[in-house]
Amino acid sequence: MYGFQEQIGFPILSVLIFLPSAGALAMLIFMRGRPQLYKWTAAIVTGLNFVLSLVLIGFFDHLTAQMQFLEHTVWIERLGISYHLGVDGISVLLIMLTTLLSLLVIPASWNYIKQRELAFFASLLFLESGMIGVFAARDLFLFYVFWEVMLIPMYFIIGVWGGPRRIYAAVKFFLFTLAGSLLMLVAIVAIAWLARPNQFAAPVFDMDMLEAAVFSTNVQFWAFLAFFLAFAVKVPMWPLHTWLPDAHVEAPTAGSVILAGVLLKMGGYGMLRICLPFFPDAVSMFVPYILVFSLIAIIYGALLTLVQKDLKKLVAYSSVSHMGFVTAGIFALNVVGIQGAIMVMFSHGLLTGALFLMVGYLYERMHTRQISEMGGLAGPFPVMAAFLLFFVLASLGLPGLSGFVGEFLSLVGVFTYNKAMGAVAAIGIILAAAYLLWMFQRAMFMGLNDEKWYKSPDFNLREIGTLTPLAALAVWAGVYPNTFLDLIGPPVEKIVNDLAPYLADNGDAFSRLLSSLGGF
Amino acid sequence: MTPLQHYLALATILFFIGAWGMMARRNIIMVIMCIELMLNAVNISLVAFSNYMPSPVPGRGEVFVFFVFGLSAAEAAVGLGIAIALYRLRERLSVDELDGMKG
Amino acid sequence: MKAAAILIPLLPMTSFIITGLLGKRYFREKSHYLPVAAVAASWLLSMFVIVQVERGETLSWQIYSWIAAGNFNVDVGIQIDQLTAVMLLVVSTVGFMVHVYSIGYMKGDPGYYRFFAYLNLFMFSMYMLVLANNFLLLYVFWEAVGLCSYLLIAFWYPKVSAANAGTKAFLVNRVGDFGFGLGVILIFVTLGTLNYTAVFGHAGDIGTGTLTAITLLLFVGAVGKSAQFPLHVWLPDAMEGPTPVSSLIHAATMVNAGVYMVARSSPLFFESTTTMFIVALVGTFTAIFAASIALVQNDIKKVLAYSTVSQLGFMFAALGVGAWVAGLFHLVAHGFFKGLLFLASGSVIHALGGEQDMRNMGGLKNKIKITYWTFIIGALAIAGFPGLAGFFSKDAILEQVFLGGYWYFWIVAITTSFMTAFYMFRLIFMTFHGEPRDLKAFGHAHESPRVMWVPLVVLAVPSALIGLALGFPPGAGHIDSFLRPVFEEVLGAEHHFGLLEGGLMAFSALIGIVGILAAWRMYVIRPDLPVKTGARFQGAYRVLLNKYWIDEIYFALIINPVRALSRGLWRFVDINIIDGFVNGSALFFRGVGNLFRPAHSGKVQSYLFTMFLGLLVLLAAYWILTL
Repeated sequence: MYGFQEQIGFPILSVLIFLPSAGALAMLIFMRGRPQLYKWTAAIVTGLNFVLSLVLIGFFDHLTAQMQFLEHTVWIERLGISYHLGVDGISVLLIMLTTLLSLLVIPASWNYIKQRELAFFASLLFLESGMIGVFAARDLFLFYVFWEVMLIPMYFIIGVWGGPRRIYAAVKFFLFTLAGSLLMLVAIVAIAWLARPNQFAAPVFDMDMLEAAVFSTNVQFWAFLAFFLAFAVKVPMWPLHTWLPDAHVEAPTAGSVILAGVLLKMGGYGMLRICLPFFPDAVSMFVPYILVFSLIAIIYGALLTLVQKDLKKLVAYSSVSHMGFVTAGIFALNVVGIQGAIMVMFSHGLLTGALFLMVGYLYERMHTRQISEMGGLAGPFPVMAAFLLFFVLASLGLPGLSGFVGEFLSLVGVFTYNKAMGAVAAIGIILAAAYLLWMFQRAMFMGLNDEKWYKSPDFNLREIGTLTPLAALAVWAGVYPNTFLDLIGPPVEKIVNDLAPYLADNGDAFSRLLSSLGGF
Repeated sequence: MTPLQHYLALATILFFIGAWGMMARRNIIMVIMCIELMLNAVNISLVAFSNYMPSPVPGRGEVFVFFVFGLSAAEAAVGLGIAIALYRLRERLSVDELDGMKG
Repeated sequence: MKAAAILIPLLPMTSFIITGLLGKRYFREKSHYLPVAAVAASWLLSMFVIVQVERGETLSWQIYSWIAAGNFNVDVGIQIDQLTAVMLLVVSTVGFMVHVYSIGYMKGDPGYYRFFAYLNLFMFSMYMLVLANNFLLLYVFWEAVGLCSYLLIAFWYPKVSAANAGTKAFLVNRVGDFGFGLGVILIFVTLGTLNYTAVFGHAGDIGTGTLTAITLLLFVGAVGKSAQFPLHVWLPDAMEGPTPVSSLIHAATMVNAGVYMVARSSPLFFESTTTMFIVALVGTFTAIFAASIALVQNDIKKVLAYSTVSQLGFMFAALGVGAWVAGLFHLVAHGFFKGLLFLASGSVIHALGGEQDMRNMGGLKNKIKITYWTFIIGALAIAGFPGLAGFFSKDAILEQVFLGGYWYFWIVAITTSFMTAFYMFRLIFMTFHGEPRDLKAFGHAHESPRVMWVPLVVLAVPSALIGLALGFPPGAGHIDSFLRPVFEEVLGAEHHFGLLEGGLMAFSALIGIVGILAAWRMYVIRPDLPVKTGARFQGAYRVLLNKYWIDEIYFALIINPVRALSRGLWRFVDINIIDGFVNGSALFFRGVGNLFRPAHSGKVQSYLFTMFLGLLVLLAAYWILTL
């Protein structure tokens, strides 16, 4: 019923996934040494992909939680692995975000990358393939493959085109995520093996079947923990966050934008897609701890953001705080909270993407990111100041812009779960205003430290062009969020409803952990 | 008829001479020759066993010897080729100096 | 009615967008045309709406569904009733006048277009704030007016003090909004809706504890926005903004949002006696606290700012004792006369080329006559001079505080009344009377252009007459009957004006006049007295001059510790513990590797030797085991 043939007539998800890779291969093979040609190719390919993702939304059925645009081909029969793709509202929204940001970073990197440009743009395209693949995969093996595929170009983007400490940052990024991925791999193999209907059957990697499979509480406990840790590294949750500031500071602008805009969302997406539906019994054991860690992330991240001196590091740490709202909203386990969490993910992708773009543009002019060396820039760069103010306000949750809707709904969700926790999470919003406005004041207001900046040009059309779509979407999501809430509503309700019968008291994760450790 | 043990003793002695030479000699050519010695020790034991043991397929052990010949010829060719290349590169053939894989 | 209701906010919004985008390049010094026209049209429409409401028509209109997630449903909608109408009257009139005034005041400023764009954005937000039909929308525009306030306070951003003041205003308000937001969420979690009508309909169903929690949280928001103690610190600093802004936002409209919100939520507040008492307590305390600071300030705008804080305290005191109508009446009256006073002070500052310190003024009364006389009207109104606006509104509050049995609050309030009269006339005498203290500035002083003094005159009319028009006879004036439908359920029976009420009124009028005379004696007849008094009560004088060191206390107790904590967490937890662990584990594996490194000499022969040795050991082991 929701196969791609009936819905649109061609395998749109495969095209979305492989178009960028095909473009990258074509660039690598045919366009070596012709920068104008391959840059334009990259722009056109990502542009096409963005249009395709809009087509996807256009043909998408908003009213159902069913997976849609299904593609299913047996891949490795003996191991039960198939090439199975499908999307629901959550995936569609995140795919749209991915294609948009992938498109915008191309012009943002146009003149910024000075060496090995071809490899850089090709990496960006491969990265896009991997990211869309993760959001569309319906086979756990395929999911894992895309998950790792995504890691490699990102590693190179940080390690080759990054700042002075890029090697340290890249290795740290790689090790953190790899440690998580390996835990996930173990868990994937384990549940694929345990979910076999009989002992002669092939392992089960299909996510539809895994959702239906029933695991013993013990298996659920460990598998949940492994998956959760893998995703928590990506989010990143406190205390697994320290790779983030280093990776962001060293990464080139495009890398930071993609990293913050999409890669961090993989964590939240994975939790929604795997942790909650596969291991319903384990969820309730972990919820209080996850919420506490999320609250720590919100407050701790915000406090650390307050004292950052480097503009990029400041934005990076603020991500830790914002993503705390994501995990908190998800594990409030109610529709409002989860919808809020997804809205936070979406809006954080737009806003932090924009903020990183702006930091990059600022750096191109000033060759510094130290806030103390700025000041009074609203004079020479009024357009920049206006954009920065807009994104700062949206990011600190000003109502009417996208940040507010997500954070407020997420707060309502947490508050419904526990009032005290909701109140603590709300402190994060005060702190967000403090660090963002303080930053804005020190960078844009007050006296100008050097008149020479008046000779630097304000934003040009290319820069305005990359920021305007993000700003427009931020306004849209703030003024009429129902466009997006309608999209994610049915799948979220399905997740919550499927989970509801299992939320009885299954014991407590910590005591279970202790007792099983005692068993060793 | 000479008892089997004699053949085996000869093979063992040859094998250990080869092994000792492979570990102790410094010249690559000598090392390769010692490897040949060890392979031939094995060949002797194979032929001997083939002769003394009843087998449903006659000559099975001898066939193995031909495989080993082929292998050793290939090995000698590749090994000597590497030796020549190394000599061109370094003008010496001492195994001691080849520690590029040092940990 | 619907068209008018939607156009009132949309006109300034449209003008904001157009002016903001095109003003810098195309409109420049003509930037005010569109904004002023938009605000004028909004004013006309507001008057139309008020007339409609006067005729008994109200409006409740869901425009579209804003957020729908799970069971959480909030609409964007407009509600117009008598309370909205009263707010519209103040907002649109003062807003219009301030726009006109700004044409003159901001002339030649490089950010001219920006100023009018921001003002329009503010008008939009403020209109929506009073028109909103649910708590979330109220919260939205509550923050939006805060944003405009931030932008306008920091309007002259190169000045460090202005930038600081803007940030401070936003942050302090955020603390209040934190409470307000939690209150809104708690309402939703309790009742499952945020719509005014639905919430107030179920006010009785909420448990007392929850209700008190809700109302106290809401009140925290009001304390922030209306600058009540202890969150009052931002308002005096907000005077860094251009004077029209101080008049519009920080005197007549935005700071009243807290009062409006409490009045709007009267069915909730009414049910919780605890909250009501706290509201009255905070209001009364703030009134005298701020008035005492105003006694010794030398900056003309700071005096007015503390006066605003103090008067807002009066309004909260009124709401807290259940005098809903009196509180709102004072809001209206105060909106007009304080808006007037600020504009007039702006005219003084304009005349003196930017001078704000009253110690450098003096003797201006003949130089800038219109300003002087309008200032006098405003000051008499706030001092409660019989017949003027403040006389009716403030006395209504005092009277009901007393009759409500809160005699202790009444004593505080009447003392504050005295202080109010005193500091207002201290200001007038220091500014307009006596000898000019800065002759150079005095020499250049000139009356403001017509575009500035006309708004003064216009605002002086309601400042003088609105008391008589709406509040006479006391307790049964037009405003009482007009607002009665809104407060139907929370108001007691109408009481009659008797001898006691008359006595109270006369007494407070007398107190006001005594205050004026005291100021006359100290600042006109015996100009040496203030210095002597200051020297005599040096301790008290320093406490007041330094505003009770509240800012310093906040820095010492909150801001600096938080920063130190953050720095500590970063240096210690992030860098030492977490990264220490990560880098430590890397170091561990490197160390283990180094331990075994010598074994890998790279010499094939030594590897072979090891292999042989191993083989021999295995063989020996096999031999021994099979023995």
